Amino acid sequence: MSLTRSISNFLFKHPNGFLTLLLAPPLLWLGIAFLGSLSVFLFHAFFSIDEFSGFIKYEFTLSTFAELFRLSNFDVIIRSLVMATAVTLASVVIAFPFAYFAARYARGKWKALFYILVMLPLWSSYLVKVYAWKLILAKEGIISWLAGELHLTWALDALLAIPVIGGPSLSISFLGTFLVFVYVWLPFMILPTQAALERVPVNLIDASSDLGGTPAQTFRHVIFPLALPGIIAGSIFTFSLTLGDYIIPQIIGNSSYFLGQTVYTLQGTAGNIPLAAAFTVVPIVIMGIYLAIAKRMGAFDAL
Amino acid sequence: MTTAVSFQNISRYFGPVRAVDEVTLDIAEGEFFAMLGPSGSGKTTCLRLIAGFEQPTSGHMEIFGVTSEGVPPYQRNVNTVFQDYALFPHMTVLDNVAYGLMVKGVDKPTRHHKAQEALTLVALGSFGSRRPSQLSGGQRQRVALARALVNEPKVLLLDEPLGALDLKLREQMQVELKALQRNLGITFVFVTHDQGEALSMADRVAIFNDGKIVQVGSPEDIYERPNTKFVADFVGSSNVLSPAFSKSAGGPEKWASLRPEKINILPAKVKPSPGQQSASTKIVAVHYQGSVTRLNTRTVGGETINVTVPSSLGKFTEGDEVMLHWPQEALHIMAGEA
Repeated sequence: MSLTRSISNFLFKHPNGFLTLLLAPPLLWLGIAFLGSLSVFLFHAFFSIDEFSGFIKYEFTLSTFAELFRLSNFDVIIRSLVMATAVTLASVVIAFPFAYFAARYARGKWKALFYILVMLPLWSSYLVKVYAWKLILAKEGIISWLAGELHLTWALDALLAIPVIGGPSLSISFLGTFLVFVYVWLPFMILPTQAALERVPVNLIDASSDLGGTPAQTFRHVIFPLALPGIIAGSIFTFSLTLGDYIIPQIIGNSSYFLGQTVYTLQGTAGNIPLAAAFTVVPIVIMGIYLAIAKRMGAFDAL
Repeated sequence: MTTAVSFQNISRYFGPVRAVDEVTLDIAEGEFFAMLGPSGSGKTTCLRLIAGFEQPTSGHMEIFGVTSEGVPPYQRNVNTVFQDYALFPHMTVLDNVAYGLMVKGVDKPTRHHKAQEALTLVALGSFGSRRPSQLSGGQRQRVALARALVNEPKVLLLDEPLGALDLKLREQMQVELKALQRNLGITFVFVTHDQGEALSMADRVAIFNDGKIVQVGSPEDIYERPNTKFVADFVGSSNVLSPAFSKSAGGPEKWASLRPEKINILPAKVKPSPGQQSASTKIVAVHYQGSVTRLNTRTVGGETINVTVPSSLGKFTEGDEVMLHWPQEALHIMAGEA
């Protein structure tokens, strides 16, 4: 009997051995390389930094967490949270019709075209795309030019004159940061939404209609609730990716700090590992709260 | 009697495929009407035309005297029990049943009360708080029924509702559905490919083949007096006999149908009593089926005749020569061509 065959036979007789073999590599990776290092890092949030020497004081304290609530730090958290929420909502609104079309109407080559359109931006470098957007959004960029050609410069100016989200040009405003975030994370919203919509059985839509549900009611009571787990999955991507990103706000925007950038700077140049760790806890807690609310609202009932 | 559903030369094409081809049909109010046919014969499309999921390519149709072309499903007083029940997985059983009332704007206490009544009607009164996934196939089927009935439809459409149930449950549901229809007096239109189901439950049966209705009649009509070879063969697998054979057996020179269970069997060369038609054949195959045994026999002329005899009659062996005979009226001459 060959070796592969005796291994197969052994695994057939010992199903638990097979499961161990199947799960060991990912569990080792997740357990040690990922969760292990993450928890060691997060644990530093309970230490503090000696203001004079700049060294970490290995004594348990909650003062580092308290620092998060200092105005300059809390600002970053609120700004990131608002941005991530706005990006997620915009992604849902833009992604849904597209995903709906792909799931319910596109067949054959149209479906292939859909996948290519969604995936194509993911094939090119993220940095290249962000810099391209800087050019598009710049004062001398194509959007300004187009607005001029269409005699809509006044509209663009009015938009940029809005306090907080406006600025000297789109590339130097929160509006610009928002647009690029939505662009970059959109595929992560479209794909899970489309997958969820695709799994909504057509006969449930027929059944709703048969029972007197108008198309709007069918959408509200059947299609949307059944697609919700997909939308939630997509929003986890767009939300946490926005919270963690440190490149886009650095290139596009008015150089206000976001969570990702803050962590990047704190653990790098500032060397304040405890505060960086405390900041890292923030998105984890936010996501935890978000998922708990989603679960309570029945978002996962259709799973 | 009021006409519940009326088809006048209704056709439905899917590209070049004629799923329903020039069907004319009237279903009376309060009738239990079965549409029977092989898969792809157009019966389900007809049901979907009544429900409004499909629109006719041509022809005219009315539901209780109201033209229904162009009327969407949600504006028709017709409800469907789907083949795989189509229960909403994210709602409780009670909310599933109350759905039709909810979308019509009935307030919560009223609709829950009515839904509870409907669940009680199908003997699932205590299952309201469960999810469809926690129910068995038979229970889901009843929920689907309650969900349709709670809307008090004028016509209830049933698309192979018993297809997914096991034999015992299916027979039980047949009895219950029939009783329910009698008590409620609602017009039932029932699609099935199971001829036993159609014959046992329906007041009238329409036989579909190739998008056309080939025969409409009472179960007795359909079974005893098929008008085409297709009906004779599809319903109860009757023997379809060629004109030449009919003539040689003592009948007219026409296509005829002869039910396997109406044939009696005698040893070879024994003359049957007068007034009987007969044929001498040889047994080709023996299929023991419990209470009955099915024999495939062949005449010298090559005509195949199936015979169903009680198994208690004795043992038959392949190659035995036997004399078949049957009363003259058992040989049904078919009017239709093909």
